[in-house]
Order: sequence, then C-alpha cells, then structure tokens
Amino acid sequence: MKSRELVLVLEQVSRSHGHGATAVHALRDVSLSVCAGELVAVMGPSGSGKSTLLNLAGGLDRPSSGSVRVGGIELSTLSRRDVAAIRRRTAGYVFQDFNLIPALTAVENVSLPLELDGVGVRRARTAAMQALAEVDVAELADRFPDDMSGGQQQRVAIARALVGERRLLLADEPTGALDSETGESVLRLLRSRCDAGAAGVLVTHEARHASWADRVVFLRDGVMIDQTGPIDVPESLLENGSAR
Amino acid sequence: MSIRYGLLALLAEAPRYGNQLRSEFERRTAATWPLNVGQVYTTMARLERDGLVESAGADDEGHALYRLTEAGRADLEAWWRTPVKREQRPRDELAIKLALAVTAPGVDVRSLVQTQRSDSMRALQEYTRLKVRHPDSDLAWQLVLEGLIFQAEAEIRWLDHCEGRLAREQEGGHREGGLSASQMGRREGGLSASQMGRREAAGMPSASKSRPVRT
Repeated sequence: MKSRELVLVLEQVSRSHGHGATAVHALRDVSLSVCAGELVAVMGPSGSGKSTLLNLAGGLDRPSSGSVRVGGIELSTLSRRDVAAIRRRTAGYVFQDFNLIPALTAVENVSLPLELDGVGVRRARTAAMQALAEVDVAELADRFPDDMSGGQQQRVAIARALVGERRLLLADEPTGALDSETGESVLRLLRSRCDAGAAGVLVTHEARHASWADRVVFLRDGVMIDQTGPIDVPESLLENGSAR
Repeated sequence: MSIRYGLLALLAEAPRYGNQLRSEFERRTAATWPLNVGQVYTTMARLERDGLVESAGADDEGHALYRLTEAGRADLEAWWRTPVKREQRPRDELAIKLALAVTAPGVDVRSLVQTQRSDSMRALQEYTRLKVRHPDSDLAWQLVLEGLIFQAEAEIRWLDHCEGRLAREQEGGHREGGLSASQMGRREGGLSASQMGRREAAGMPSASKSRPVRT
C-alpha cells in the first residue's frame, strides 16, 4: 500500500430506528477503517446493514452512537449543511443504476458536484475532463447518458464520484446492472482508482466482485462477523512457476 | 482418469520423454495439479501395458521416449467426446462435513459456514490478484484460473444459501428432521468450526490448496 492515510474511520458505530422494545438495530458497534489506496468490500444478505453502513460513511445518515470521520473530520458533531459540504468535497457515490442526469452530457454530469460546491464553470469543466480521462472515457465527454452503454455510463459515474479532490468512493452494487464482462471492467477500474490513491468501499453480494478488494467485511444482522484480507502469494512461487 | 488422459493428449501432439510430459502437464494446467516424475512413469507403464502408448527409442541416459498408438489415439478421442461426470470427481468433504454438522449435537454450524466462507473468499481474492497481476499470460493459464474463480464463487454462493436456510430454520423454531433450531445455531461446548479444522488440515483438495502457478 502506497499510503496509510486514513480516509474513512467508523468507530463503534450503531444505528437504530425507533426506541425500546420495538427498536430495530440496523447496525451494531461496527468499526471500520479505510486507508487511501485501499478497497474494502462489504458483503452480506439484504437487511444485513450494508447500505446503512454506506450511508453513514457518506454522511447521508447519522449514527445513533459512535463516531464517523471522513478525512479526519468528525461528521456526527457537524450541522447538516456542513456535512453536506464535506460530502460534496470528499465522498462520491456510485450506484447500480448509474444515476446520471439524462439531460446533461457526460462532462456536465461530472462537473456538476464541483459547480454545486461553488467552483467556477471553467475550472469545474477542466477537472471533469481530467476525471473522465482517468477512467478512459474522455472521448465521451459530450455524449448524453442515453447514447452510452451501461459500462460507459458507470465509468462516467465513477469519474463523477472522484472528480476534484474527492478521495472516498462509495459504491453500492456498481455492477448489478451490467453483464459479467462489463462488470469486471468496472471493477478493474475501481481497483485502479484505489491503487491510484482513492479509498473505496464496495457493497456487493457477489463474491467474485468482492474478491477485487484488499479486505472483505461480512455483515450479518447489523454486526460485523468476520473480515478477510488476501493471503500473500509468495513471489518465489510465481518465480518457480515461470522457471519451469 | 485425468492424469492418464492428460498424458495421452500431450503424446497426441508429439512423442515425449517422461520429464517433458511432467513439465508440460503442469504448464498447461497452471500447475494446479503438480505431478512427480514417478507418477508419470507409473502411468506410462500402465498405458504401455494396455497398448495405448509404445516406446519410440531412448535418449543417451536410457530415458524412454513415448508415443501414442492407434488404440491410444482412439481412447483419447473418446475422452474428448465424453462429458466429465460429476460423480467421478473426488468426494466433496465440505458437503459431507456440513451434512454431518447439522445433525451432530453441539456443532456451531453458522460459525462453521462463516469459517469456510472466509477461507474460500481469501482463496478467491488470491486468484483475482493473480489474474490482475498477469493480464498477458497465456489463454490456457487464464482459463484454468478463471475455473478456480468460478468454483470458489459457487462454493461461497452455496454457503450463503446454507446460511439462509439455517437462519430460516432457526426462526421457524423447528426442523423437519427433528433437530431443534437452537442446536444448530448455538455453540454448546462441542466442537467449534475452527477446532474441526479446515479442509487443508485434512489434506483434502481445496480451493486454496490448488494454487495456480504462473508459467
């Protein structure tokens, strides 16, 4: 890993809805840290708390207890407006259904979060073009979402998620609407954006997709029950193989 | 079985010496099936006895050069045409273990499932990393590696399914087979999943053991 800078820290985070005997605990005492350069996959059946975790990480929801820090800033003590500003500057979402605005071109979609944040049109456009180039779709800048394939739209969505200074990529089943080969190219891209320094959280129920992550976290009934890192493949093994 | 037909297939291309057969077999199968040269010579002796291969001379050190006979070629052709039957594959220790675990008292089945799933996930991560690191490797190697990836994925999906079934049984509070749900979910001083040992510990073939080697 190139950098150990912590981009996202969840500490003893719980989220419940309602009170007393009827309270529903969506998430219970979950702790998770994601560094720059790291991709973490979250796996679990529906209702296990995956989306709640993602919403808390992105400041779309607030924990009932515990701490959420993005880029070193504690979100739970901030006002809603300040959280929204932090979110725009630091975190980007990628969804299953791409969520691009159909009336805007690719470059307009990508520059929109910057413009909403007060960045001048020209600077926002330059940053958006750079973000599109980083996901290899610079040539699609002036196309509308309807004139792009699903895989291309998802690339644009990833560019939007990481445009400007944004470092935290929150992906909710990003390959759900794609065929397996296109899905894999999207994962390859997520992986390479993380290798280039972004911190990524990938929610998925597909083991094959989760396996692109550095760590896989398993959630059940709002509780983190296990996590795995990869086994290091000894270089000697690879070298032995090529020597044969 | 497959070593035998694997070696016949290699001989169909060209006559080969025993150690050439060994290294070529491993190269073609991404070393997921390591052979020692002794296995090769034993197999060759049987094939020669059955009239499927014959000697085509020897090198200076007396190593035999093998080639395919017509009978061997016909046998190989039949193998290519015949599907591999599932029941011809090695018995699945994991399925047997789970089947025993749901009826054995005191085994924490959900923990067993999770231990297995984490292990398979680690193997899957490892395969994916290999694939990412070697995008330009040869097609045979990639196909074998992707085979392992799909197998590990299928195992994890099956484990997810098992877990869902167990959870439903637990909610239902009873089970057709007569075992109470609490017996399935709770650890009651019996064997934990980790105590039972992973598949590797039993020396069985498992996803993580058949680690492909880049060639």
